[in-house]
Amino acid sequence: MLKDITLGQYFPGESVLHKLDPRTKLILTFVYVVALFAAVGPVTYSLMFVFLVASVLISEINLKTILRSVRPLIFIIAFTFILNIFFTRGEPLVQLWIITISREGLVTAAKMMARLVMLIVGTFLLTYTTSPIALTDGLERLLNPLKKIRMPVHELAMMMSIALRFIPTLIEETDKIISAQKARGADFDSGNLVRRAKALLPILVPLFISAFRRAEELAVAMESRCYHGGEGRTRMKQLKLMRRDAMAFIIGAILTAVIFTLRSMGF
Amino acid sequence: MGRTMNTENAVIKTEDLVYSYKGMDEEEVAPVVLGGVSLQIEKGTFVAVLGHNGSGKTTLAKHFNAILLPMGGHVYINGMDTLDEEKLLDIRKTVGMVFQNPDNQIVANVVEEDVAFAPENLGLPPEEIRRRVDEALKTVGMYEFREHAPHLLSGGQKQRIAIAGVLAMEPECVVFDEPTAMLDPVGRESVIEIIRQLRRTGKVTVVLITHHMDETIEADRLIVMSGGNVLMDGPPREVFKNVDTLRKAGLDVPETVGLLYELNECGFNLRLDALSVEECAQEIYAALKGE
Repeated sequence: MLKDITLGQYFPGESVLHKLDPRTKLILTFVYVVALFAAVGPVTYSLMFVFLVASVLISEINLKTILRSVRPLIFIIAFTFILNIFFTRGEPLVQLWIITISREGLVTAAKMMARLVMLIVGTFLLTYTTSPIALTDGLERLLNPLKKIRMPVHELAMMMSIALRFIPTLIEETDKIISAQKARGADFDSGNLVRRAKALLPILVPLFISAFRRAEELAVAMESRCYHGGEGRTRMKQLKLMRRDAMAFIIGAILTAVIFTLRSMGF
Repeated sequence: MGRTMNTENAVIKTEDLVYSYKGMDEEEVAPVVLGGVSLQIEKGTFVAVLGHNGSGKTTLAKHFNAILLPMGGHVYINGMDTLDEEKLLDIRKTVGMVFQNPDNQIVANVVEEDVAFAPENLGLPPEEIRRRVDEALKTVGMYEFREHAPHLLSGGQKQRIAIAGVLAMEPECVVFDEPTAMLDPVGRESVIEIIRQLRRTGKVTVVLITHHMDETIEADRLIVMSGGNVLMDGPPREVFKNVDTLRKAGLDVPETVGLLYELNECGFNLRLDALSVEECAQEIYAALKGE
């Protein structure tokens, strides 16, 4: 039931996108998001779309997986779409009682939807092609200068990677608890919202207790493997920028330049 | 059991080790979990620690790498006192520990990254970490899985990864705290096979905490814990002869010894130190033939 949540899941692979330095990918994703929000007209949108499709193809990630990542957010996407249709003023196309659908509304709604979907797919592509460890590692290295102003960068990165590591474990556990409660006659599917929310309590309590126990055991296991914070810690996989990273940066720079130029020309 | 031991050769040594868990209530008398345990574990041996739930065996194990610190007495690891905070990393590097639940020991999302965790903490150079990770993964037979995500592996496989993670520290001694308690029979067998293999190479001292009798048969030495004290200490063959004492401590004996014991109750006169099925069968065969 909960197994199909793919949030933060990594699919190992050998593609160029997989091999890129995580720092490169993080920066490029950021650039991509900025460029996506800079897109205004059909030309810039199509360009971003082509870029995204090319990235997806290069990543060799199954198309189904990519589409599945959008599914949990369909509600939000639909919501923004509808809001934009009804609440954008402009040249009316259809008029029913107090509801007006304008041409501008349709266009804005379509744009917003395209932007959201592309945003989700683009950022998910980052987590699909980058192992969470590489990702936190990259983040840690990128934020390293902040250590000077006493930001606990290493600790944050470690917490993030542990959180990611335990997501599938806790999901599995939630499934088990749900089954156990159902076997004892718990009913999660009927009643109004309040009743259903109350029915979640017997799931959350054991889940939290077990999470705390896990945390304690993990802390002991980490300590007995000589963990003592980020000081004096080395990494097996050193991050090294290669030629392909330089190439990626150049492509990213060109994309941004083109998008902003086209934007200023109103495409 | 008066064993002569060479102090020089001891990797773990406890002296009158006392420990009790403090109760929430100040007035409450905290139950004594370890009541003055003194023992030595020599380098290169395979020692099994057997005990019923609450016998203090896990608490004892947690003193071996300074997860718990003694409230009375001392624990020395290669001569280093665990109370000496400056030696903490050296102690943990010397004695590695494998825990019961494989899920709660794995830190990383990729098998090899997890195995690299300990050597990374030790600040080793990347090439050395790589070498150790590969070696450790080959030792536990999980090298092909080095790029997998741990949560997709079976319990036994996960536990083997956890063992590799400890071996990558290249410790002198590995303490296994009920490593098979949460595993299915196949996973259990694979973990036991690794322990056997470690023992064969003779490079690491193995301490196996367990409540499965069968896992202790092959040990060089068996320590039976009961009520926070050492009840018996000796080679498994000797220890398991004391069927009555063991049963009083809430422990059973291996099925083979149990069978021989029951037969003796019925009037046979069989040796009780036949631990393996083969030996046991031989013993019964000889007795039947003799009649």
